[in-house]
Amino acid sequence: MQSTTRLFDDNSRKALADAPLQQALGKLSSNFTVKRALAAARLPEFEALRDQARDIKDHVLAHLDIYLERFEANVVAQGGVVHWCRDADEARATVLAICHEAGARTATKSKSMITEEIALNDHLEANGIEPIETDLGEYIIQLRHEHPSHLIAPAIHLNKNQVEATFRAAHTDLPPGRNLEEPRSLLEEARAKLRRRFLDADVGITGANMLIAETGSIVTVTNEGNADLTMTLPRVHIAIASIEKIVPTLEDATTLLRVLARSATGQENSVYTTFATGSRRTDDADGPSAFHVVLLDGGRSSLIGGAFQDMLRCIRCGACLNHCPVYGAIGGHAYGWVYSGPIGSVLTPGLIGIAEAAKLPGASTLCGRCEAVCPVRIPLPRLLRQWREKEFEQGLQSKTARFGLGLWAFLARRPQLYRAVVGVVMRILGRLARRHGSFYNLPFAAGWTADRELPAPEGRTFIDQWRARAGGHR
Amino acid sequence: MSDSRNAVLGNLRQSLRRSDDRATAEHAVEARLATHAANLVPERGRKNRVGLIELFIAEAAKVDVTIDRVDALAAVPRAIAAYLSTHNLPAKVTVAPDPALDAVPWQDQPTLGVRRGNADARDAVTVTGAFAGVAETGTLVLLSSPDSPTGLNFLPDAHIVVMMADRMLGTFEDVWTRVRSRGEGFMPRAVNWITGPSRSADIEQTLLLGAHGPKKLHLVLIDEPGA
Amino acid sequence: MNTSSLQPPASPRIGLFVTCLVDVVRPSIGFAAVRLLEAAGARVEVPLAQTCCGQPAYNSGDREDTCAIARQVIEAFAGFDYVVAPSGSCAGMLRRHYPELFETADPWRARAEDLAGRTWELLSFLADVMQADIVGDWPARATYHDACSGLRELGVKTQPRSLLAGIAGLELIEAPTAETCCGFGGTFCVKYPDISTKIVDAKLDDAAATGAGLLLGGDLGCLMNIAGRAKRRGVPLEVRHTAEVLAGMTDLPAIGSGRG
Repeated sequence: MQSTTRLFDDNSRKALADAPLQQALGKLSSNFTVKRALAAARLPEFEALRDQARDIKDHVLAHLDIYLERFEANVVAQGGVVHWCRDADEARATVLAICHEAGARTATKSKSMITEEIALNDHLEANGIEPIETDLGEYIIQLRHEHPSHLIAPAIHLNKNQVEATFRAAHTDLPPGRNLEEPRSLLEEARAKLRRRFLDADVGITGANMLIAETGSIVTVTNEGNADLTMTLPRVHIAIASIEKIVPTLEDATTLLRVLARSATGQENSVYTTFATGSRRTDDADGPSAFHVVLLDGGRSSLIGGAFQDMLRCIRCGACLNHCPVYGAIGGHAYGWVYSGPIGSVLTPGLIGIAEAAKLPGASTLCGRCEAVCPVRIPLPRLLRQWREKEFEQGLQSKTARFGLGLWAFLARRPQLYRAVVGVVMRILGRLARRHGSFYNLPFAAGWTADRELPAPEGRTFIDQWRARAGGHR
Repeated sequence: MSDSRNAVLGNLRQSLRRSDDRATAEHAVEARLATHAANLVPERGRKNRVGLIELFIAEAAKVDVTIDRVDALAAVPRAIAAYLSTHNLPAKVTVAPDPALDAVPWQDQPTLGVRRGNADARDAVTVTGAFAGVAETGTLVLLSSPDSPTGLNFLPDAHIVVMMADRMLGTFEDVWTRVRSRGEGFMPRAVNWITGPSRSADIEQTLLLGAHGPKKLHLVLIDEPGA
Repeated sequence: MNTSSLQPPASPRIGLFVTCLVDVVRPSIGFAAVRLLEAAGARVEVPLAQTCCGQPAYNSGDREDTCAIARQVIEAFAGFDYVVAPSGSCAGMLRRHYPELFETADPWRARAEDLAGRTWELLSFLADVMQADIVGDWPARATYHDACSGLRELGVKTQPRSLLAGIAGLELIEAPTAETCCGFGGTFCVKYPDISTKIVDAKLDDAAATGAGLLLGGDLGCLMNIAGRAKRRGVPLEVRHTAEVLAGMTDLPAIGSGRG
């Protein structure tokens, strides 16, 4: 996917002015956030399970080469095929080749962020294969030629009127008199339309929440059941996943699943969790006759063993988005690439480069709520700071910011000079604003005073007063 | 693509500084896979049979599963017919070719149309067995097989599961133990954990049942005396 | 929490880390801290070689200046029984982040860890270590803002509330989003002002919805942000640092309000 991350400032201004988006974001805190807290409180072992989930992922990352080989061997033993892909180009070409080999014209898809990452749909379309997103939210945004704005709620930025307009434009057979005012009628419309597509598709493409080394299984998690219809009905099932999705055993997958849904939506369990292993068995009445797993590296093997390895623990639950004040203000599209919110701000520079994504690591108040809710305890604020260090080293910050910081640091490292300078400045500022108590506008603090007053200094600094009063210490 | 395989694995090994420790690392992996030890298992699922059934019913109700308890397989046709009529569903069901359901006396309900086999696109109601119930989260576990085609679980408007109470387990670890006991090649093509009927909240965060899968999930739980 | 330090010397010697914002913008908070610490039986000293904890550099990725400032703070605060700051954010910097700045083998690492073990945020220090008994009287309806660093890095949550319980007439009305960030974020609010404003507006709306006319908190950065935005929007919400209220310094103008 093409990044618009450099336009973060413009993107976020647009987002702040987008009324349906703002209405949707306003609901996040009373919805996902509250539900997660209730689910976590209901399971006494939840915090200990988060520790174990972290440890499982750390163990896997430290042994990823070996687990990938075991996974591959077990897929092959079940009659499946594993395709290794270094980058997006290879992954796209691989999927297309499988589709062509199957003589496919249509491919149903269940939600997969990896296919967003590699921009699979555009590639399939350009090569004569129609991809059909089947997750309700993904279906809506596919019709609108948009990208997901949330890891697990891709169309969260839209309201029902926009969805109605989208369906009326795309479903040309819809009688104009048909009532589509409520979410229920919109859902029924999508269900009816997509049911036909499920039944007719030649290939089904799913993502995978996990890959189980022990059994060669892929795990999908949905609430709609669309991944299951996608992988059960067509002749060919392609599961595409990035390499860090491996877990060792069924038991390990179970531990991760216990924290996944609770962190994501506050559900005890998602409705459908499926462990798919190989293709249709002899005498089975359904299931695909071919099973392919496409493994994408996409820059991840280089992140392992480095300062950003922790972010590869991510299980894509979306909790950090739901709890992030910045995501809550601007939504997902403003981030300009596939992943948004805190995990996006950490992952995106790792996958497309810090120069391209330089705007993201700074776009956080470092409030720490993301880390506090992350099911695999990714230290997101620390990783954001590490990216800021890279930016600083590479001189990617604005000249003004660097100058301001440099001047401040020069003074902060020289206490006596600092005292002299701030002492004088504060006295002047204090006198200027004594009556009003704050500044409406200060030329060197325009970023602050554009939208808020700057509370004025009282006058003499604490240290000046203390020194005068007591003689001080040393 | 073997070039790509080598490149990905090679890059990984370089990142992991894998050289002398290869044998140790392999050993750690083999040991973990061989023992497949359970991690922390929530206390919630450790109860006696009666407690598990109570917990299952409470959890399943929260996720919109309806439950009917009968005391014998013989009572199943009447229970299903009553369910269908209460919910205005057609008196026609497609029943999994599961031998466990062979003994159900469908003929006791002559007005109930019964077809055995996999689902087709027009089926409104299907009936299947289940491999297990999991009390921990009110989840039903179904394993694909010629006796239990997966389509039955996902294609209809209403999915009815008929399960003996002795299939009730406490936790997912209990399920894996039982799946493993099937022996060599214990994983079927699909293991489906099903926790309630299909749903979506993708439009305005409004939760609605019946997105793509069944709109209704109904369990007929058979408490056989002595079971 | 560092349980070994829960039994303080009878009259501990405290180095007050004033914090740069309190020093320059609202020294009253510093004097409130001194008054509270002394009333609780501590001896307070103020090392003059302090400027700032280094967060502006640290959060901007400037590791070199951060380390230089950290070494300066470690030097200045050597030898005190405790180092106390009227800010969860700055105390968190000393306590959680200073040790991470230095490699394990670096001698500064041990000194940073020593400092970290002695450093406390003011309100939690008063409640947890000094077990201060606050008595006061001020009729007001207040809501609380749990500043992020104090809350999540240091576990400051119940302590200010238990201290405020000693102020007769002060009614605390909790906002459901008390733990949500106010959008300050240090340099964040000037680098991304539009987003910051959106976040602080939500904070203000939730605070106003409680019906309280007063917002209290333990971090001046957040309080300046909230007060500054409230004033610009004309939201009738007074903003004060908890230490001032506990120290009975309520005759001061609220943050951002004038004397005239």
